[in-house]
Amino acid sequence: MSTGAVGRAYPRLEGPAKVTGTARYAVEYPVDGVTYGWAVPSAVVRGRITRIDTTEALASPGVLAVVHHGNAPRMAPGPQPELRLLQEPAVHYRGQYVAVVVATSLEAAREGARLVRIDYDTGPHSTVLTDDHPGLYKPDQVNPSYPTDTAEGDFDAGYAAAPVRVDVTYRTPAYHNNPMEPHATTAQWHDGQLLVQDSTQGATPVRATLAELFELPPESIRVVAEHVGGGFGSKGYAKASVVLAALAARHVDRPVKLALTRQQLFGPVGYRTPTIQRVRLAADTDGRLTAICHDAISQTSTIREFAEQTAVYTRSMYAAPHRRTTHRLVRLDVPTPFWMRAPGECPGAYALESAVDELAIALGMDPVELRIRNDTDVDPDQGRPFTSRNLVACLREGAQRFGWAGRDPSPRSRRDGRWLIGTGVAGSSYPARARPSTATATARPDGTFLVQINATDIGTGARTAIWQVAADALGVPPERVEIRIGDSALPTAPLAGGSMGTASWSWAVIRAAQTLREKLRDGGPPTGEVTAEADTTEEVGGQPAVPRYAYGAQFIEVRVDADTGEVRLNRMLGVFAAGRVVNPTTARSQLIGGMTMGLSMALHEEGLLDERYGDWVNHDLATYHITGCADVESIEAYWLDERDDELNPAGVKGVGEIGIVGAAAAVANAVHHATGVRIRELPIRLDKLIGVSGLA
Amino acid sequence: MKAFRYHRPADVAEAVAVLAAEPQAAYLGGGTNLVDLMKLGVQRPDVLVDVTRLPLDTVEELPDGGLRIGATVRNSDLAAHPAVRRDYPVLARALLAAASGQLRNMATTGGNLLQRTRCVYYQDTSKACNKREPGSGCAALHGQNRDLAVLDWSEQCVATHPSDLAVALAALDTVVEVHDADGPRDIPIAEFYRSPGTHPERETTLARGALITAVRLPPLPAARRSTYLKVRDRASFAFAAGSVAAMLDLDGDVVRDVRLAYGAVAHRPWRAYRAEEELRGRPFSPELAARAADAELAEARPLRHNGFKLPLTRAITVRALTELASS
Repeated sequence: MSTGAVGRAYPRLEGPAKVTGTARYAVEYPVDGVTYGWAVPSAVVRGRITRIDTTEALASPGVLAVVHHGNAPRMAPGPQPELRLLQEPAVHYRGQYVAVVVATSLEAAREGARLVRIDYDTGPHSTVLTDDHPGLYKPDQVNPSYPTDTAEGDFDAGYAAAPVRVDVTYRTPAYHNNPMEPHATTAQWHDGQLLVQDSTQGATPVRATLAELFELPPESIRVVAEHVGGGFGSKGYAKASVVLAALAARHVDRPVKLALTRQQLFGPVGYRTPTIQRVRLAADTDGRLTAICHDAISQTSTIREFAEQTAVYTRSMYAAPHRRTTHRLVRLDVPTPFWMRAPGECPGAYALESAVDELAIALGMDPVELRIRNDTDVDPDQGRPFTSRNLVACLREGAQRFGWAGRDPSPRSRRDGRWLIGTGVAGSSYPARARPSTATATARPDGTFLVQINATDIGTGARTAIWQVAADALGVPPERVEIRIGDSALPTAPLAGGSMGTASWSWAVIRAAQTLREKLRDGGPPTGEVTAEADTTEEVGGQPAVPRYAYGAQFIEVRVDADTGEVRLNRMLGVFAAGRVVNPTTARSQLIGGMTMGLSMALHEEGLLDERYGDWVNHDLATYHITGCADVESIEAYWLDERDDELNPAGVKGVGEIGIVGAAAAVANAVHHATGVRIRELPIRLDKLIGVSGLA
Repeated sequence: MKAFRYHRPADVAEAVAVLAAEPQAAYLGGGTNLVDLMKLGVQRPDVLVDVTRLPLDTVEELPDGGLRIGATVRNSDLAAHPAVRRDYPVLARALLAAASGQLRNMATTGGNLLQRTRCVYYQDTSKACNKREPGSGCAALHGQNRDLAVLDWSEQCVATHPSDLAVALAALDTVVEVHDADGPRDIPIAEFYRSPGTHPERETTLARGALITAVRLPPLPAARRSTYLKVRDRASFAFAAGSVAAMLDLDGDVVRDVRLAYGAVAHRPWRAYRAEEELRGRPFSPELAARAADAELAEARPLRHNGFKLPLTRAITVRALTELASS
């Protein structure tokens, strides 16, 4: 019996603790005898440490140790070579952590870090992605395990034969994850057991990595991530801070707190790779796509391959008989790029949804109508019907709410004083996945219930959503349910990422609750505690492999100053079809957060690399601009009442990433509509518009 | 970070005496810039002399119609002051275009004038910067220089001055009142800032240890028709991509007096004397304003990434003056 908790706008359970400052983040736990670690980044791009002089640092007041490759505890080789820090003198990218200074205060550690003298032998380096880089190669697969290239029909012939074509290349810069809480860890060793409080999206994978690196059984390690101040993917697996803190704590045999600085987040924790994307679209004169090709180039590091799945979005979004997608990579002397909100889909949709807009113009067709005309019930990639696909419904409802009808498609057709006004649209989609999870549900004699699962709430409202799901599954008012998450000592669960957290965690919680109810079926409250466990490995693994996606439509109105080229957002509106919405408050927050991040991508964010230093020089939030509140004058997110029984027991598709997908394209399309100028290299800033003749 | 001592002087004389005795001492105002630079290791003072409790926090209307603004008057208080809003709108607008509400509540008038450049190479001790470390080179000259100077730069430094307030003060012919070991003296703002030349580490003509105690605005009735336009890459909380402080006094349609100063183009707030000369005594038109801007920018030498500053500065010159002319 559902109590109707799912679907209600409960405030976050931990809200009062957060706003009163009692919620503890990774380096906020009081620890007796704690010391502070400060990471020392390499000052060269590629080379080898020839000498480390720690004399001055060790003489500095409060400094206890300088941990480096010459004295650090040894770690086992593992699948993530960038985490084998302080093990060897080789430097693979600028900013690689080459030492940790441990001191009795944070300030003393920072000063000690300044005093570590390091000599290097350096070699030539290559840090800039180009489309003619001699190192371009074809990876074996792209993140996480998609085929590198796909082809169906005969793209070249189909393209050549079509009456209407676009052939356009888009570029996106490096984008840097900047969660409010940096990567941070408190690490303590006690009798060979390791306890870490870590800012991570998944305590279970962090524990697995630490077990591997330190060659310990996982039971000897506990990872706590009770409250996490954001991640966007950059905390999806163990990162440098947790490894360095654990190494340093073992070296000094005292607890260590280590938090990266804002500046240190730019690169070594992962970032969205720059991309160069060529998109070719061909259509018949009725606007039916006949050929689609998306060729994506991105970068990885020399020590680990991360292949952004940039063109994967294009494989399933629109139908055409002749299709091809390719991915090529270059290994550069840079930190390894990694996940950032909707890796692949986000940059890929920027290119494809921009190209669709360009095609609409070439056809003289409305861009909403063009998308509707090329909708498909069958996944062009897998050849199977989608479990649900409400792209058209999102486009129609969005168009209606936004006031799209009657839009004059001519660029520069609206003006308000010095402002040129334009509107743009883009489609959006994101896979609806689930991963196996475990959970337990316990009935207590007092009539309350305890639900335990190592889910992670990185600020999304996950804790509250699972609590609502649990209450309905148990058939009791949520006030009687206690939820515990964020601790590797709890039942194992997947990380918060890929928009699959709520789907995966709810699944296990629902199954545990159902089992518990069966155990309790014949009586009232138990005399002692009764616990039921669930493990969804078999059930999730046995799901048919059918295409499951969330969809959306993004509508944007911008104004562009005809004299200065300044671009400002008038309004953005998104309509999404993401399955069941568990909590309207937190779901809306996820959606508008994603949309805002897409706006930020379109207009503001850009990692500026200085090739000579191999370093992003604008590595703080004063110089790496992200969208601020004043930039978002109006934002609205809506969702369709969507039911899809082929997803998971909770019926959710996930809302963490769909909001960012397509948003940047809608902005770029709106800027073109306003100005007649197509900027194909993000971000769209005033310097790219002011020089264009005839803007005014 | 480097350990430092903290000193709170009883009066201006004591503050100046501490600076004279301590070679590595620095004045602490709102700390909105200095504290960041200390964390980054860019500034490493031994002693912070906190001047925020000194009696320099009043705005005084002078008998001649001018205004004396104490050095520790907070930016937000100054922007809200009735005399500033009435008589020097350019100043209020420049202040409100800067930083964020929280920063304006902290930042002082004197400290604002002495802000350090936001050139990314200056703020990163792992990269070459003559301003931070004389003789180490200028990484910005051939680096990422979109935000940097187009006028009056040198091979040694292409930094820009970040302050909005200083641009308005430059347009108003402000006098900076300072106190050094020899006592109080006045420095006209035109002589206050230096060009980078071969010594970009010297940003002002202040003697070492001198304390700004106030800035004095001359009476300027025409400044009631003045404005500040700032263009930036996002709607708020960003340094200027281009800015202009402008005052226009018309006699009929003829320009009787005009003041123009630019931000984001040079090592100092850039008073546009040539443009003013071009405008003065002529009937105002937007075309004249554009010609005036072009005259000012004729000697500009854009760097690799900042050529856009020329059409941008021209555009905001025309807009600011045209708005004033029709107001």
